[in-house]
Amino acid sequence: MTAVIDKPVRTPGRWASPPRPVWEEEPTSAGLAGKGIALSFACLAILFPLWIVLVTSLSSRKTIDEAGGLVMVPKGITFIAYRELLSGGQVTRAAVISVLITLVGTLFSMGVSVLCAYGLSRSGSVGHRWILMVLLATMFFSAGLIPTYLLVQSLGLMDSYLALILPSAISVFNILVLRGFFMGISQELVDSARIDGAGDFRILWQIVMPLSRAVLAVITLFYAVGYWSAWFNASLYLNDQDMMPLQNVMIQLVQKQEAPVGLGQAIKTGQLSGLAVQMAVMVMALLPVAVLSPFVQKHFKKGMLTGAVKG
Amino acid sequence: MSHSTVPRSRAEADETGKTPVTLGGAGGPQGKRSSGKLGLRVRLRRDRVLLLMTLPAIVLILLFNYVPILGNVVAFQDYDPYISDNGIVAIFHSPWVGLENFQRLFEDSAFWEAVRNTLVLFFLQLVLYFPIPIMLALLINSVVRPRIRAVSQAILYLPHFFSWVLVIAVFQQLFGGAGILSQLLRQHGYDGIDIMTDPETFKFLITAQSVWKDAGWGIIVFLAALASVNPDLYEAAAMDGANRWRRMWHVTLPALRPVIALLLVLRVGDALTVGFEQILLQRDAVGPGASEVLDTFVWWNGVRNQDFGYAAAAGLIKGVISLGLVLVANKVAHLMGEQGVYQK
Repeated sequence: MTAVIDKPVRTPGRWASPPRPVWEEEPTSAGLAGKGIALSFACLAILFPLWIVLVTSLSSRKTIDEAGGLVMVPKGITFIAYRELLSGGQVTRAAVISVLITLVGTLFSMGVSVLCAYGLSRSGSVGHRWILMVLLATMFFSAGLIPTYLLVQSLGLMDSYLALILPSAISVFNILVLRGFFMGISQELVDSARIDGAGDFRILWQIVMPLSRAVLAVITLFYAVGYWSAWFNASLYLNDQDMMPLQNVMIQLVQKQEAPVGLGQAIKTGQLSGLAVQMAVMVMALLPVAVLSPFVQKHFKKGMLTGAVKG
Repeated sequence: MSHSTVPRSRAEADETGKTPVTLGGAGGPQGKRSSGKLGLRVRLRRDRVLLLMTLPAIVLILLFNYVPILGNVVAFQDYDPYISDNGIVAIFHSPWVGLENFQRLFEDSAFWEAVRNTLVLFFLQLVLYFPIPIMLALLINSVVRPRIRAVSQAILYLPHFFSWVLVIAVFQQLFGGAGILSQLLRQHGYDGIDIMTDPETFKFLITAQSVWKDAGWGIIVFLAALASVNPDLYEAAAMDGANRWRRMWHVTLPALRPVIALLLVLRVGDALTVGFEQILLQRDAVGPGASEVLDTFVWWNGVRNQDFGYAAAAGLIKGVISLGLVLVANKVAHLMGEQGVYQK
């Protein structure tokens, strides 16, 4: 871990540090070690539990019993837990429901939010200050759980998937981020399109949105994660066990240590450990998020800061 | 898809070279060639597409954020959901009881316990959680190798995107009665422990879960503040003989101060909201005595016990105090010269 300062490195590897300014001291080895340990500890604190969950979900009953519970070192990888879970039954249905809610909900949220953000982004348009006030005010209060519950019930949304989408469909914060970004797009570009005869919908679709891919990706991820992770609305508004999304099924499996319906047989015959099943459901819940978020990661900072503080 | 050629502002008019059209609508004095003085009707016509675009969001916000505010009147009722099969219609048929629900609340020791738990959790999170993202951000910021930075940031951000169900399940596997920790203890001849069901340590458990899930995410705003520091300042400090610690003390930390102050103020404004879903999921395991906070108190009494008027009263108290706190916090943020949630 020694950085060459005086002689420039010919072809800096991907892990090499950029050249250090001349006034900066060489890092001490104690400092480097300390930093390395602290950073490794922070990352391991996050990765280690996930590793255990993953490895246990891939282990056979024998391996799990030998380890006395959770497995830390993989041995004899088997996909039996996943095969059982995905071969129909409660978890398969819940996963499909979750995927559909996430897709439909995210599409709906993005549509409404992008339209609203663009509608508010053209400075000087009539009424946009008032509309902005109406939206912003909701960041200061919440109507409360009970009145919202009564409203959803009165609208006839109980036991309907609409109850999982509509009440929390848009986030004002996300709209503000989008609006901030849209406002940063050069006015000349928009004007020239308008002169060429494009209407607002066309400008949004063909000019503003293609220029905002980064922030659109971030906000889409935010909404999608919101829908994918949601469980409370389902527990509040759905009574039918067969309608429950994945997170709610996971609560039952992990917290109450139950076996999913239809899997009891495989567990009884001894091939499959109930623990592996629980872990496999957890992996199914975290996988989409863990796979998608790193791709959007480099835009987080921009997305979080543009517009968010502009009001 | 019709569009208008009327510029929306003088700037737009200047840029496009178009002449702002004054049609002399209501309130628009003739001859004034400023689009800001256009009549309302003209401007409405011109911006109708934009207004139409905001309509779906406005409808959703009005319906799900503003209409329920009116529903808070059940706090002043002996609300009976079974009078009608429609919750809103039932409001019109339920008897008014004035402040009876509030009086009951103030005499209910469970309510005061929820208040106490909420405040204790808030202070614990403030002391034990708040500094961690700052320290992590300083650590990440001092790492110069881009690859290490990117990889560790990706890892640190990750848990923010996990659901609370998942986070708690992971903690269960580590610290629960059948978790890794108990397993190790038993293998070495000790008794297993179950941190997940211990009311004594519950508040620390909650804080630890919050740190695990969101501390990494919290570094973003600090990293942005650090990235905006002018590097010349560091060089100048180094020229003046400041070593790396002095530079951190005199350049880096002052750069973070406004962000830290702002986030602190906003956090205080949000003091009564402490991890509703997170606590609700673990309420059964540790019992309400240690885990009940204001939000779960409302949930338990309203949704579970169907005592809607009582729960709504508790929710209303929380909502009003929270609104006051947020407004004060924003005021303080403005006094400090920061933007707060909204601009003045």
